[in-house]
Amino acid sequence: MKNTLRQVFRSGKFVTGFVIFSAILLLAVIYPIISPGNPLQMIGLNSFIKPGTYVSVYDSLNTQRTYTFKLPGAAEKRIDSKLSNEDRLNIKDYLLRFGLPEEAVDIEQTHDLLALWWNNYDPELRLGSTIAENRYFARLDDKLAGIFESEDIEVGELDPDTGEYVRKKMVTETDYVNVSDVANVIRLPLGTDNFGRDTFRELVSAIGTSLQIGLIAGTVATLIGLLLGLLAGYLGGVADDIIMFFSNLFTVIPGFVLLILIAYSIDQSQRGVTTVAIVIGLTSWVWTTRSVRAQVISLRSRDHVNLSKLSGHSLPRLIITDILPYIASYVVMAFILQISSGILAEAGLSMLGLGPKTTDTATLGLMMDWAMRYTAHISGAWWAYYPVVLVIALVSFSLNLMNTGLDQIFNPQLRD
Amino acid sequence: MSNEKKELCLSGTGVTKVFGFGERKTVAVDHVDFSFYSGELISIVGESGSGKTTLVKMLLGLISVTEGDIFFMGQKRDIRSHRKKKEYWKGIQAIFQDPFSSYNIFKKIDAVLLDCIHMRGGRGLSKEKKIEMMTEACRFVNLKYEEMTNKYPFELSGGQMQRLMIARIFLLKPKILLADEPTSMIDACSRATILDMLMELRKETGMMIIFITHDIGLAYYVSDSVYIMERGKIVEFGSANEVILNPKAEYTKRLLTDVPKIHEPWEFSKRKRPMTQEERFSSPQPINIEV
Repeated sequence: MKNTLRQVFRSGKFVTGFVIFSAILLLAVIYPIISPGNPLQMIGLNSFIKPGTYVSVYDSLNTQRTYTFKLPGAAEKRIDSKLSNEDRLNIKDYLLRFGLPEEAVDIEQTHDLLALWWNNYDPELRLGSTIAENRYFARLDDKLAGIFESEDIEVGELDPDTGEYVRKKMVTETDYVNVSDVANVIRLPLGTDNFGRDTFRELVSAIGTSLQIGLIAGTVATLIGLLLGLLAGYLGGVADDIIMFFSNLFTVIPGFVLLILIAYSIDQSQRGVTTVAIVIGLTSWVWTTRSVRAQVISLRSRDHVNLSKLSGHSLPRLIITDILPYIASYVVMAFILQISSGILAEAGLSMLGLGPKTTDTATLGLMMDWAMRYTAHISGAWWAYYPVVLVIALVSFSLNLMNTGLDQIFNPQLRD
Repeated sequence: MSNEKKELCLSGTGVTKVFGFGERKTVAVDHVDFSFYSGELISIVGESGSGKTTLVKMLLGLISVTEGDIFFMGQKRDIRSHRKKKEYWKGIQAIFQDPFSSYNIFKKIDAVLLDCIHMRGGRGLSKEKKIEMMTEACRFVNLKYEEMTNKYPFELSGGQMQRLMIARIFLLKPKILLADEPTSMIDACSRATILDMLMELRKETGMMIIFITHDIGLAYYVSDSVYIMERGKIVEFGSANEVILNPKAEYTKRLLTDVPKIHEPWEFSKRKRPMTQEERFSSPQPINIEV
């Protein structure tokens, strides 16, 4: 046992798969502990909020301690945030129409570009080809009016008695506050989804649920497959014929179609995470049965089984001590693959809208489903589906890698 | 063994085993009659594929008999339930051809010997008593129990494994021992030791040994009576001297010419006749079928 483990952990493929899988598993286990609370709480009222750190405007103004920094690029940054690349291109467009040579206009040089604009813009000229374009230029001119101004901002509070503003605070250009001093800061590493829920927390909880689904589905499928395979292989004869008849039946019916039909026929209120997992398990035992049966048939006529029989061992003991240990490595490998295919099957089902009908748990498949239904791909909210796709791929990749690694160890013919 | 003491121990009439159905039907053992007397050493000789091992498995009750009856101690054998089988196996045991595949690689050697003690009703014995019995069994086959205990089968050599199999028989002391080519996977030096031990065990317990072999020379040296099997049928049987020195069946003669002899060139021309068409097609070489 110890030697086997040592050998297993010497396989590069297995270790790579194991590390990736453990990292995902640890994330799913540890993150909810350090950041407790309902992962599906709707925190944002807008849908698809960009990833980033959000500071409460109100609290940032009221923060007591302010720091003064004189950073060289601060003003440029402020201007850049107001003047988008699109605006720069439009300015250039206007200036070219005005008659300036192409090489005179450089959109990267903000000061020169704006100087050219202020020198040459004349609302009377109407150089735009449409009315809308002319209006846009006028608006742009207004917007640019105060762009270089760096006057201090006065924050006033309305006095309810007199109806006058009382000066409360002066905010200068060089004033900064520390984010940790601001009472309300929200960090959204992956933004929010369409419901305004923190995508990262949702993803972590979905990984946990999906792994559970994989585990349940894999366990159900492996147990059924193992039991039927052992019976068919060891007993042979009529029992073998009957079991093989049913497994052939399940082989020719595409598993996914069967899965869709079963999932569809279950009442929506009943279709929870566990139900879906069990249904997936019930449709994917066929290949385990067939391969276990094949292994058992070759084992049952071996001399060590005969010797065990001659020693008077009962059938259950024979199967447990003389057959199971020989196929254990194989069953573990099949189990790993079943987990991976269970997770993929759930994702597939959920994307068709036949996954767990629930609003209080997230699964990887449901997250994909929500992202698709609320057209995240059209609104450019990549954070709502790319991380999910990546996680599904990584889980399945790491499990398959572990399986291949194990296969090479237990099948010496495959070793390179 | 003197003739007066002859007691029928294991016999069969019309024992047949058929594998498969229809076109793929193979008759492995074809209406075989035999009667083995207790205390005898019987050899069943035949080439590969002649149905020896199938016959052994039927005698052991590991596979079912398609047709015919087997009698054990004068009564029709009844092994329908597990309890009856277990009872039957107390009287009949086997040593298999390949010692390397005879052991469960996940179990320690002690477990194999302990199983035998338990089978003989020694489950309640004290641990010291059990160890003493195992030590004795190991000593009988020239092994040291201290070196064997707590080891896995793969840590032993082929000869040691096969000797341990004999130690197992020593503990079980069955009436009948089926030895299915017990020396074929072992080198020549160990072979003699193994045979010696079997003979000694027989002398000590007076059990009947059914010795399965393809080596007719060996059969002649060790056995009281010899059965010659060819393609599932027993073609000749009788005492060793009768069969080997005065063979009547063609097949026996052929087997005898195939025994290599020292100081004599071994030629195929020694065959009395060329291979018949039937023999040629039954040979293991691939046959090209022209369409």
